[in-house]
Amino acid sequence: MPEPVIATQNLVKSYPVKNASDFVAVDGISFEVAPGESFGLLGPNGAGKSTTMRMIGAVSTRTSGDLAVLGLDPNRYGPEIRSQLGVVPQENNLDMELKVRENLLVYGRYFGLPRARVARRADELLEFAQLADKASAKVDDLSGGMKRRLTIARALINDPRILLLDEPTTGLDPQARHILWDRLFRLKEQGTTLLLTTHYMDEAEQLCDRLVVVDKGRIMAEGSPADLIRRYSSREVLEVRFGSTQNAEVAGRIEGYGERVDVLPDRILVYSDSGENELERMTAAGLHPITSLVRRSSLEDVFLRLTGRNLIE
Amino acid sequence: MTGPQLSPSTIAAGARPPRAFGHLYAGNARSVMARGWRATRSTNSLVVLSGFVEPIFYLLSMGLGLGALIGQVQTADGTQVSYAAFIAPALLAVAAMNGAIYDSTWNVFFKMQFAKLYEGMLSTSLGPLDVALGEISLALLRGLLYATGFMLVMQALGLNLSWWALLALLAVLLIAFGFASVGMAVTSYMKTFQQMDWINFVLLPMFLFSATFYPLSVYPQGIQYVIQALPLWHGVELVRALTTGQVNLGLLWHVLYYAVMIVVGLFATTRRLKALFLN
Repeated sequence: MPEPVIATQNLVKSYPVKNASDFVAVDGISFEVAPGESFGLLGPNGAGKSTTMRMIGAVSTRTSGDLAVLGLDPNRYGPEIRSQLGVVPQENNLDMELKVRENLLVYGRYFGLPRARVARRADELLEFAQLADKASAKVDDLSGGMKRRLTIARALINDPRILLLDEPTTGLDPQARHILWDRLFRLKEQGTTLLLTTHYMDEAEQLCDRLVVVDKGRIMAEGSPADLIRRYSSREVLEVRFGSTQNAEVAGRIEGYGERVDVLPDRILVYSDSGENELERMTAAGLHPITSLVRRSSLEDVFLRLTGRNLIE
Repeated sequence: MTGPQLSPSTIAAGARPPRAFGHLYAGNARSVMARGWRATRSTNSLVVLSGFVEPIFYLLSMGLGLGALIGQVQTADGTQVSYAAFIAPALLAVAAMNGAIYDSTWNVFFKMQFAKLYEGMLSTSLGPLDVALGEISLALLRGLLYATGFMLVMQALGLNLSWWALLALLAVLLIAFGFASVGMAVTSYMKTFQQMDWINFVLLPMFLFSATFYPLSVYPQGIQYVIQALPLWHGVELVRALTTGQVNLGLLWHVLYYAVMIVVGLFATTRRLKALFLN
């Protein structure tokens, strides 16, 4: 593996709490990201993903552990590191007092880049973000998806070596998400290193070469999406619903089905290499679910297996 | 579009030791100023205009209107001047204060609490001192603009009694710098609109009582000390001495007062921005 562009070792961030012990947001996280890799932090809200991103983005100092971004310690080389990063924060912080193109121009100048270069780059990026016809629009008049794309374009103004994306598509409608994924996928193809956080399985599966599953500030598992599914879940999952009052009762009767059975408040999951077989077996036993669905295993199942909880609660 | 250039293993900056204040200051405050200039041009131009005419209205109504009834007033060193010439420099100092305060408090409060503007700036290579200096410089520029316009009106009305008045422009910058840096530092601690109102609650009495409209000598000694401890009084006395031509070395105390305000304000603002956004 080439020299990693991000390396964390036992990274900890805790915040003092009045009259109580410290709140530990990140609790000993270790991972490495190779140049050109697309790496994900997958976990529910409050897992410590954003805090980790802020430490890597050199805007938050770690409590303990080691961290190197582009080989540098963010505690000492904050500005040098930030000059090489593109940051897409969870909440858009576009400059509402400026027009769309102005947002890119002004942001580029914050990096001390020459005016002509920033102007040229701004036009390229507007094209890339499919916002060229909105160049002189007010930021307020953009749709949610457009604002997000503008934020990503802005993050690319300094030709960053690493792009940090915190929940890039949260709150967007499905179409806008797909447009965004397409853009991010192109960046990935061009060799940009992506580090993203998400609580969406599909997003992680689409974009990440490798990811860590994070819960309560700790890493639960690490690997490629396919690898994690293979390791922590079955090939297929059968989802059945018997109605909320029946699920628990039925669960007792299907114990031993497939590799594993999970009873959730609204449905029962049967993990198996063949969902259809399990469904047939169920019907043969005289059980008739209200709805049934056979699907491939996803990272959602991995998360459920690892933590006993759903990602989106 | 072209992707980001990934020259292999250019992890070079590590060889260089970090600059002494490198984590606080990137020497690029002008980009923050340029941003403010652009934003002012497109959205806040009316606010700028109102700040310009307000002190002129005061001067016309009180200086010329009320001044006709009052006639002559005695300045600190006993010279008799017309009432308009007495309050004009005070209004100039107040205008500098108000301009600086508007830019460094309400504007900054909004950018910090709602627009998340500084969060964005500080995720680039800018440091907190760049942001503080850039925002304050813009406030100064605006203060200088107001002051120049007001000075022209004073000149036209014959209220500049000496060539020292030209130096009053510099004094105005000093006053604005002092109020802007302290104002921004105070604002960085504010969380709600109610707290922001306290700022006005402090400023209004200071405006009315800082020997603005009458000499300090009308107060009993105890109250005089209180007024002399407040920043605006120093500004009023400094500018008044210059426009009326009563210059003496004692004025340096006023300058020193503002120099301390500037240093303390900048220090506190930078520290606070660092704590808020780079923790």
